[in-house]
Amino acid sequence: MVTALGASTGHPRVLVVDDDPALAEMLGLVLTNEGFEASVVERGDEALAAFRERRPDVVLLDVMLPGKNGIAVCHEIRAESGTPIVMLTARGDTIDVVAGLEAGADDYIVKPFKPKELVARIRARLRTTAPEPEAQEVRVGDLVIDVVGHQVTRDGAAINLTPLEFDLLVCLARRPKQVFSREVLLEHVWGYRHAADTRLVNVHVQRLRAKIEHDPENPTIVVTVRGVGYKAGPTPDAEAGASDGGDA
Amino acid sequence: MAATPESAREVRTGLWSRLARVSHLWRRSLRTRVVVSIVALSALVVGTVGLLVMRQLTDGLTHARVNSSVGEAISETASAQRSLASSGGSAFDPGTQLGQLAENLVSRGDARGYDVMVRGPIGGAGATISQGVRTTLGLVPQSVPARLQKDVAAHADAPLDGALWTYAKVRYDKSRTGPRSSPAVAVGTTVVLPTDGETYAVYYLFPMRDELSTLHLLRRVLLTSGLLLLLLVAGVTLLVTRQVITPVRLARRVAERIAAGRLEERMHVRGEDDIGRLATSFNQMADELQRQIRQLVDLSRVQRRFVSDVSHELRTPLTTVRMAAEVLYDARDDFDPVTARAAELLRGELDRFENLLTDLLEISRFDAGAAALELSRTDLVDAVRHTVTAAQPLADRRGIEVVVSADGPVVAEVDPRRVERIVRNLVTNAIDHAGGTDARVDVRLAADEESVAVVVRDYGVGLQPGQQAMVFNRFWRADPARARTSGGTGLGLAIALEDARLHGGWLQAWGAPGQGASFRLTLPRRAGDPLKHSPLPLAPEGADVGGRA
Repeated sequence: MVTALGASTGHPRVLVVDDDPALAEMLGLVLTNEGFEASVVERGDEALAAFRERRPDVVLLDVMLPGKNGIAVCHEIRAESGTPIVMLTARGDTIDVVAGLEAGADDYIVKPFKPKELVARIRARLRTTAPEPEAQEVRVGDLVIDVVGHQVTRDGAAINLTPLEFDLLVCLARRPKQVFSREVLLEHVWGYRHAADTRLVNVHVQRLRAKIEHDPENPTIVVTVRGVGYKAGPTPDAEAGASDGGDA
Repeated sequence: MAATPESAREVRTGLWSRLARVSHLWRRSLRTRVVVSIVALSALVVGTVGLLVMRQLTDGLTHARVNSSVGEAISETASAQRSLASSGGSAFDPGTQLGQLAENLVSRGDARGYDVMVRGPIGGAGATISQGVRTTLGLVPQSVPARLQKDVAAHADAPLDGALWTYAKVRYDKSRTGPRSSPAVAVGTTVVLPTDGETYAVYYLFPMRDELSTLHLLRRVLLTSGLLLLLLVAGVTLLVTRQVITPVRLARRVAERIAAGRLEERMHVRGEDDIGRLATSFNQMADELQRQIRQLVDLSRVQRRFVSDVSHELRTPLTTVRMAAEVLYDARDDFDPVTARAAELLRGELDRFENLLTDLLEISRFDAGAAALELSRTDLVDAVRHTVTAAQPLADRRGIEVVVSADGPVVAEVDPRRVERIVRNLVTNAIDHAGGTDARVDVRLAADEESVAVVVRDYGVGLQPGQQAMVFNRFWRADPARARTSGGTGLGLAIALEDARLHGGWLQAWGAPGQGASFRLTLPRRAGDPLKHSPLPLAPEGADVGGRA
């Protein structure tokens, strides 16, 4: 199921998991200042309990944590919720970043970051929950996407997607003929205004495929266009495709 | 016969290639060299010994033959003389008596296997006149050497006591069956015919057929045994060298494997001889190498770990400081002017500090060998435009125009983030040194079959001679008195050089005082391919070129 993020009234809740007390406090100050409701956990092994208790709208997760590392915590949270997770990493190293993304993180931010940058990342994660005024129902392949209900079904059976995966799929499905470059997807889905790490797109496309494709090795719904990017695969129901075409 | 020059050349090249192959074998194979040398030396020794033995045998055999021949000739002549004397002086005319004498001698000769020639009378008045010659049937008179005849003739007046001899070649005419000629000992004696009192020369030709065949047989035996001996020597040498060389070859193979990174490979130690000791020492060396390499690997791991830890440990407090600085900066309007300015400075310097930290960590990652490429096919034109757009605010502040020009897409297999970083560093550096306002920076791209190039050119102060290589040094400044204005860390070009090297590419600098500077990045189209040339010139025409990475 998908957590109803939009339900939060007033202050969005942010769960900060970081073992550095000074940084945690500073994050709390800045986030409160920016109108968030922040709560802090300092240990990895306490993160899941805190998550269940507070039901945050966004999780900020450090990689190096006492008790349990951030990657493991990310796996745990992802196992029971699609709540956006932003990893705080001290290294731009590929291995860390990819491990975090593969564990289910939606985005990552490298220390040291500026407060505005962090707030922009969090807002981008929350923004995606705003209802779209466009087509309510989109079809791609044999999937039916209920945009308002945040639900993807195949033959009536619901498929669990995180909000980010959902946004990625909707973005591609709304314009079935258009090829999206990774940079464009970063802007549409992640809200990056400047080009960022395109591995974000690659990893999440892989995760999305694993959930929606019949054969993730030979994808038919999210198709790779070599050297350019991705596009939605053909939808057998031509009528549905035509009705979705009017997305101007 | 009419060999065309082509075919002649072919023959020559064929010969050359064969020669080259032989010389290659000679140089590469110790065994070949040892076997060939030993066999050649043995052949020399065996040949010399064989020749000496043959010479001795020949001498001995012929000597014996000569002695027996001379003895026989003397006794034959003596007995003939005796029978002549007993038959009396007047019973026959000289011709008949001579005929009898010759017949007698010839028949004895036939029975004993030698040829006879009687000639005479010699000496006296008739010495020069053509004389009668009687010979064994079929014997060619010229078989008796003229020199011997002359020597014998010299004794015409005083009858020869004993005999004269020489080597000769006996020849036969068609009336004889069997061989036409054979070496022989020619012995000359004289008899005095009682009927006319004249001296006649009697020549005996003792053929040396038996000796010859004996010698032939001996030669065959010697040759055969010599060849067998050589074969034996070759075989023994092969065997011995095998015993020595096999371990050497094994050692070579193991050394090659160790060189290829399989450090755990060791030689099999057998026995306590030199080979065994070689194996032991070899293994000791390998152990030591392995230990040192492990130590280095550990060190490098520790170093990398350290860098990573420093990174983490420094970045977390820096993040806090940075956020605090931002909060202060945002609130600066509420402060008094001094505190407000301090907040501004704090924020600005934090940027520098952060850049410096990032660059230092990057450099130490290169030093630790921990930098790796993430390759993808990239259009460098896009990457460059991107970078230039990002640098536009800086350029605008300085009033500098950055012009990008390319004839078409410049696609190569590169790590786009590193290439963008190189270009960013070059462009920032160029903007920094472009000189006064309204200056310009040219960025040109080009590609050919094998490589791609980006040249960043400015028209500022340029470089002094000898500075081309120094610009890539860490924290190097052309003019220490000049302030950095773009917030560069002094590591940008050093990192760019490392990035280019990681790609197997070149990063080169050119500059002349007052003419500006030019930096050229050349990368192979396919990662790992060697670079031979660059599609773009580094320096404007007529200028000399500086160092390369």
